[in-house]
Amino acid sequence: MKTNSQNGSQMTPIIEVTDLRVHYGDKLALKGVSFDVYQNEILGIIGPAQSGKTTLLKVINRTLEFTPDATIEGSVKLDGEDISTISDVYGLRRRIGMVQPLPVGLPLSIYDNVAFAPRTAGIRSKSELDVIVERCLQQAALWEEVKERLNTLGTQLSGGQQQRLTIARALSHQPEILCLDEFSIAVDPVTTMRIEEVLKTLRTEMTILLVTNLVQQAKRLANRTAFFLNGDLIEIDTTDIIFSENPAEQATYDYVNGTFG
Amino acid sequence: MNILRKKSAANLPFSETAIELFIRLCGISSIIFVFGIFFFVFREGAGFLFNGLDLGQFLTSVEWQPTSLNNKRYGAFALIVGTFSVTILAMCIAVPFGLGAAIFVSEFCSPKLRETFKIIIELLAAIPSVVWGFIGLTLMNQLIIAVFNAPIGLTMLNGSIMLALMSVPIIVSIAEDALKAVPDSYREAAEALGATRWQVVYRVLLPAAKNGLLAAVLLGAARSIGETMAVLMATGHSVNIPSGPLSWIRTLTATIAAELGEVARGDEHYQVLFIIGILLFTITFVVNLIADLVIKGIRQDS
Repeated sequence: MKTNSQNGSQMTPIIEVTDLRVHYGDKLALKGVSFDVYQNEILGIIGPAQSGKTTLLKVINRTLEFTPDATIEGSVKLDGEDISTISDVYGLRRRIGMVQPLPVGLPLSIYDNVAFAPRTAGIRSKSELDVIVERCLQQAALWEEVKERLNTLGTQLSGGQQQRLTIARALSHQPEILCLDEFSIAVDPVTTMRIEEVLKTLRTEMTILLVTNLVQQAKRLANRTAFFLNGDLIEIDTTDIIFSENPAEQATYDYVNGTFG
Repeated sequence: MNILRKKSAANLPFSETAIELFIRLCGISSIIFVFGIFFFVFREGAGFLFNGLDLGQFLTSVEWQPTSLNNKRYGAFALIVGTFSVTILAMCIAVPFGLGAAIFVSEFCSPKLRETFKIIIELLAAIPSVVWGFIGLTLMNQLIIAVFNAPIGLTMLNGSIMLALMSVPIIVSIAEDALKAVPDSYREAAEALGATRWQVVYRVLLPAAKNGLLAAVLLGAARSIGETMAVLMATGHSVNIPSGPLSWIRTLTATIAAELGEVARGDEHYQVLFIIGILLFTITFVVNLIADLVIKGIRQDS
């Protein structure tokens, strides 16, 4: 499969996935996928349920290791370095921001939620943390709504605010890559649009992997889009081509146009 | 509404009505038993409590001489101090071990090892208290004499270790349930932020499970306060204000157990033992009340 890149994103691959296979016990969840992710692009990842999208994200930040019977073959390189050989796995996870489908407000205050990762990384000074917390909440378009009540529990926020809080939290360790896993599932359309605006501005600072159940969201945001189906990468190309009248694969056309899935 | 219910009740077959009645009785019986126990304990002690007993002396004097011929004294202060000191020391031992074991079992050990551990811990909970008392009397006694070079090993420390060993299984199983009840999404979210496993435990799991952990500790403490046989055998059973862990003590429970068989029914000594029972009742009631209030307070916080 040939990939090309347009829309002004640079051609340096930040993630190189080569022949990645993941088994859960006997079940093959990813059936040997290969693709690159380029610096400062938004890569949309679409596909129906059970197609391996979430598994892919878990491989990249190495949280799949917590699933007891999961086995990984093939390689994933981050900045040219094979992630399975990185010894500081906690450092690796801090290079990658992760936003889960349902907002997980840790049972901590808003402030502590955002300061969580910097603290685990060893930042202790209050003034430094204050700066980080404000910056991240600003970036996630949440600062104006919560600046008066940073010490209330994060779980008391509305669903949409909580999701922006998790984005702020994912940004708190200044990741190179931001992975969003179907972030709009629990969020109303207005908040979704706000978060999408946020993502557009973040593109200049980092690479974004956007797993989404909303095909149109990929169309709106992504430079390139990858279509996964049953653990196979069916097609990856510029979003324009994927959403055009003639993508390389018929299945892509059918899915994008809502014929199935 | 009432009429409707009556009508439908009339239509029910007899077995249905009977079962409903039986279940209702089961529910009410627990309340009846608690009040019944309190009523009878109170009735046995009430006569002397309101007429004859110097309550100030009972609560503050250390002189416990119920069998003295010409100088009877009913001072339970040393017994109260004994009960509390042995319980507190037991908790100092049991809480770190219990919570540590719960964290290990729930977060750090492999699923296979976890099953083995849980079986062993449940086994530990099933050991009768008299067996613990026996271990205290023989094994731990020798050990304390050898380690601390003490004249006698039947001390508060001995009793506390026995009580700790008895409360640890309770603390572990309840605390482990509390930790397991924390949603996995919290762990995943924290781990995705680059937290180490220990950071996940103390920054996320402990705050999230604090309610259940507190309940575990308080139930462990309640077990210690009420325990009788092991402390009777292991603490030396001697009326004394302890000056340290190596002092011998006597507890409220052990006093009742040891003396009730030797008193004449209805005399002063007999009634004082029941007053100690009332006191124990009050203490456990207050502990439970505090636990309820604390837990409610935490609930309102979050």
